[in-house]
Amino acid sequence: MSVIAESPPRGAWLGGVARIALPVLLALVVGGLILLALEKNPLEYYAFVVERGLLSWAGLQESITRSAPLLLIAAGLIVAFRAGIWNLGVDGQFLLSAVAAAALAPALAPVLPDWLTLTLSCLLAFAIGALWSVVPALLKARFGINEIITSLMMSFLGISFANVLVKLVFRDPGTTVPQTLTLPVEDRLARLFGSTVNCGVIIAVLAVLLVHLMMTRTAFGLKLQVVGANPRAAVHAGLPVGRLTVATFALSAGLAGLAGAVEVVGVLGTIRADWNPAYGLLVVPLVFLARFNGPAVIAFVFCFAVLQIGGESAARRLGVPHFYVLVLVGLLLLFLAVVEYLDHRRRASRGA
Amino acid sequence: MDAFLSQTFLTALIFGAVTAGVPLLLAGLGEQISEKAGVLNIGIEGMMLMGAYVGFVVAFESGSFWLGFIGGAGGGMAVALIMALLCVRLAMNQIVIGIALTLGVEGLTALLHHFQFARSYPRLDAVPVLALPGLDGIPVLGPALFQHHPLVYLGVLLVPLLGWLYRQSAVGLNLEAAGNSPAALDASGVSVVQTRSAAVLATGALAGLGGAYMAEVGAGLFIPFMTGGAGFIAIVLAMLARGRPLWVLLGALLFGVSLALTTALQVTGVDVPTDVVQMLPFAMVILVLVLFARHSVLPPALGLPYIRGDR
Repeated sequence: MSVIAESPPRGAWLGGVARIALPVLLALVVGGLILLALEKNPLEYYAFVVERGLLSWAGLQESITRSAPLLLIAAGLIVAFRAGIWNLGVDGQFLLSAVAAAALAPALAPVLPDWLTLTLSCLLAFAIGALWSVVPALLKARFGINEIITSLMMSFLGISFANVLVKLVFRDPGTTVPQTLTLPVEDRLARLFGSTVNCGVIIAVLAVLLVHLMMTRTAFGLKLQVVGANPRAAVHAGLPVGRLTVATFALSAGLAGLAGAVEVVGVLGTIRADWNPAYGLLVVPLVFLARFNGPAVIAFVFCFAVLQIGGESAARRLGVPHFYVLVLVGLLLLFLAVVEYLDHRRRASRGA
Repeated sequence: MDAFLSQTFLTALIFGAVTAGVPLLLAGLGEQISEKAGVLNIGIEGMMLMGAYVGFVVAFESGSFWLGFIGGAGGGMAVALIMALLCVRLAMNQIVIGIALTLGVEGLTALLHHFQFARSYPRLDAVPVLALPGLDGIPVLGPALFQHHPLVYLGVLLVPLLGWLYRQSAVGLNLEAAGNSPAALDASGVSVVQTRSAAVLATGALAGLGGAYMAEVGAGLFIPFMTGGAGFIAIVLAMLARGRPLWVLLGALLFGVSLALTTALQVTGVDVPTDVVQMLPFAMVILVLVLFARHSVLPPALGLPYIRGDR
């Protein structure tokens, strides 16, 4: 991972921009060619996405709202990736926590003040997310078992388990389609300045910035970075690598859980059975593109939210299903690695 | 309780276990080849899915299951080719590329399926089976084990074949060396890049074949994202099998049983929520990993690209 995390040398500002712009451009062009092959006009598609996701007032509000869960997930991934840990179980952590928040909030809302209900729901979600990461964390810390596989397995398990909970345990008896009890709109996260955007996005931006400061400016963050850069050196330096691994995983998964809570108490108010937005892996390329830098993550996540919201509109209006966004994300990650490789080689040959 | 032990239930369970287990067997054997050679092939989920899509489309258009299987293997290999080029030849990060390929293939196959079939999900005809004469008459086990498409028997035959290949042939030894000590293999005059590329391509072919079987026989149709983590289970199988093909077979059967339990229970009229049953295989993976974690062994050079002269 260090290959991608490497920051560009000072004075190579232009190179830095190219390393970000080039993969994005390549992904959009190759994606466009795929659209062309399917007899859709890529320019029309991209123009439509920008118009609906960014330039229209309703779309812009939706894009900002959508940024909230994505940013919280990204914050969790920054922690994990900087510590050299692949937490790929985000989807399970997100969904289970969302269900937990959806079960707790409507139950507390009638008896407790809103701020307390919302806080408790978010705390529960954070705890559930963290709890769901304990197995992969311990397996990695104790036996060195690859956390990619274990966290993915826990994710699949969590997604099915969340469905079981929605259908069998927390089901609202008053609805035909299985879903949890609904949190009334007036009890949800407060909205900002008369818009449809709720304050979840502020929590999310703060989380990303705090995580960024923690990783770059505190002793704890530095320790995690050492573990990430070279676990063996970290052991020799006397760092408790096992405990740090568990802590990293818990923090990362907890933030993913918080993302689930914000989506529930901010936007949806309820969880329907079989709902799974699968945000987790979509955020991975964005975090890499930003080179684990907090402020850059905020910018890229917002752009991606525009793409998602615009893409959802385009699915209805232009007949290009939103799967196309998935293709773009895969291409982005692919070209990111290719550009990184070319840049690395160019610098190596110049150095030699 | 009688219902659980009835012949229909057992036959349905074992038959279903084989049908569900074959994709895992093929993909698991494939992943094992890559892992032996030192490549952690996270892209296998994408290779399976591409195999499922291409296999289904070819079988649907041509009406031939065999052409579908060949197409599926080709589809898996096409994805594997990208992986071999980028991760083996150019020594890029295997995990990043693996995730990218899986995401890209998920999107691409769903997109193509949408443009081809809109929202309809056409089905293939029932798969032709080859009943093994003499064996298919055995009560319970006969119809459960010996009335399958020939590919199933070929897949099982692959187990001893690969076992022999790993232990007795130069190819197998080269594979092992590429994972254990690539520099030594290089020094002995065998190209590490070629050995590993061949391994990744073989993985792609087997994973694609597994995906094609899943779509053509298991489901009879293609649904976007239909592999649903089977590729990742295959990785676990390969991890726990410690390089032995027979263990992949046993593991695949075990997971096959847990996957087939829903259908088998429905035969007996017991209604179990599908979500509960869907948890089974993944819960089992976790349980197995927790119990046997300390025993899983991976080649020392796994996941590390080989660059000559690099330390």
